Amino acid sequence: MKKRYSLKSLEEMPITAISFLTTEGNETGEWRSQRPLLDLEKCNQCGLCWMYCPDNAILPEKDSFQISYKYCKGCGICAKECPKGAILLVKEKR
Amino acid sequence: MKKVISANQSVSHAVLAAKAQVIAAYPITPQSSIVEMIANFCSTGQLHAKFINVESEHSAMAACISASVVGARTFTATSSQGLALMHELLHYASGLRLPIVMANVNRALASPFNLKADLSDSLSQRDTGWLQFYCESGQEVFDTIIQAYRISEQVLLPVMVNLEGFILSHTYEIVDIPEQSEIDRFLSPPAPRDCLNVENPCLFGGTTDFYINFRYKMHEGMERAKIICQECDVQFQEVFGRSYGLIQSYLCEDAELILVTAGTIAGTCCVAADQYRERGLKVGVLRIRLFRPFPGEQICLALGKTKKVAVIDRDFSPGCGGIFAQEIKSILQGRRGGLPVYEFIAGLGGKDVTDEDIGRVIDQTYQNPEPGGVTWIGLLK
Repeated sequence: MKKRYSLKSLEEMPITAISFLTTEGNETGEWRSQRPLLDLEKCNQCGLCWMYCPDNAILPEKDSFQISYKYCKGCGICAKECPKGAILLVKEKR
Repeated sequence: MKKVISANQSVSHAVLAAKAQVIAAYPITPQSSIVEMIANFCSTGQLHAKFINVESEHSAMAACISASVVGARTFTATSSQGLALMHELLHYASGLRLPIVMANVNRALASPFNLKADLSDSLSQRDTGWLQFYCESGQEVFDTIIQAYRISEQVLLPVMVNLEGFILSHTYEIVDIPEQSEIDRFLSPPAPRDCLNVENPCLFGGTTDFYINFRYKMHEGMERAKIICQECDVQFQEVFGRSYGLIQSYLCEDAELILVTAGTIAGTCCVAADQYRERGLKVGVLRIRLFRPFPGEQICLALGKTKKVAVIDRDFSPGCGGIFAQEIKSILQGRRGGLPVYEFIAGLGGKDVTDEDIGRVIDQTYQNPEPGGVTWIGLLK
């Protein structure tokens, strides 16, 4: 992730939040109240969860998929769309 | 070249002269003829701009924001309910520090339905972070739009140029439209600024814990805008020979009573001031041209040694009174707290404000030793 501005002082700050951070810096995982759990035994790597995820929080791996909890907001679309029922939503515990 | 045009047409000609690149608008009376003329300029090729037809004012502002975020010089125009519908996005435009210019043709807000002049629509947007100008003539409207682009691109805040519906917007006057070469000398093409760029992708306006700091930067921008507006007006005079200042005062130097107002009522106030001066009463007029940022120091200075101030508002904040009156009272506090401010509401919904009406304001202010609440002019008996 490339930071364009240092935020040590008011003077160094830009006038607006344009060019502040890339979306990579906007970690939305903390918003989550439900946590999707991927059962790799049931997963057939069809990729629908990856296609439907509105936050690019499902990352394709070599032979499977991984959920990035840094960004996943817990919307549950992946669990709804998974034809194999391989994604289970559980209450997020913090 | 001198032309006899309406103030709405004056706006359109100014947008043509400023070479706006993206125009997005939705029709609403009494604004519509502004964008109709601009659409015509676009279709004939006089203005090389993208004209975007949208389904609402909310979308018009969204389109202007999007175009401005990639660096385009943008314009929109609206009135009343249309401006109210834009409200949410007005904050977005200023928070993103986008130099968008908008003409708002002041019209009363429903209900009851009324198409005529009332400044409450734009004054309701006071706290959205837009600069606000209030004009008095077709020439001033043209000049202010040109100035607005230069100011907004320097301070990176959006500017709203206000003109009263029908009274000003549809009145035909002589307007001197400068040669394009003169305009170009005053207004350069938009300078590069922090924009969306596919080569260097970034998030804009994302969630941030630094919110309060960005708001402070906006405050600094507004403070700077007071200086920039003044400088811009001086440079405008150097090129075009006309200037307006942030406020305009008429016979204020020795005045015992100063009438304070905005927009077209000021002209009638000047006529009334002349009439009273013939009778030996020293009346002056102060017209507030720039409302945001509020030029408090200049106003206090212009009020000089006057003994009384009468504020005439063509606007109304229910539960409080006239909006200009509240602003005037607030800036006098700590500077000239003892100066009595007499408050008048007149001309709402486009009701004519005549020199006799102004006479009643002057008489009442002279006769009453102390201000007593808000007086409404022009109500039924």
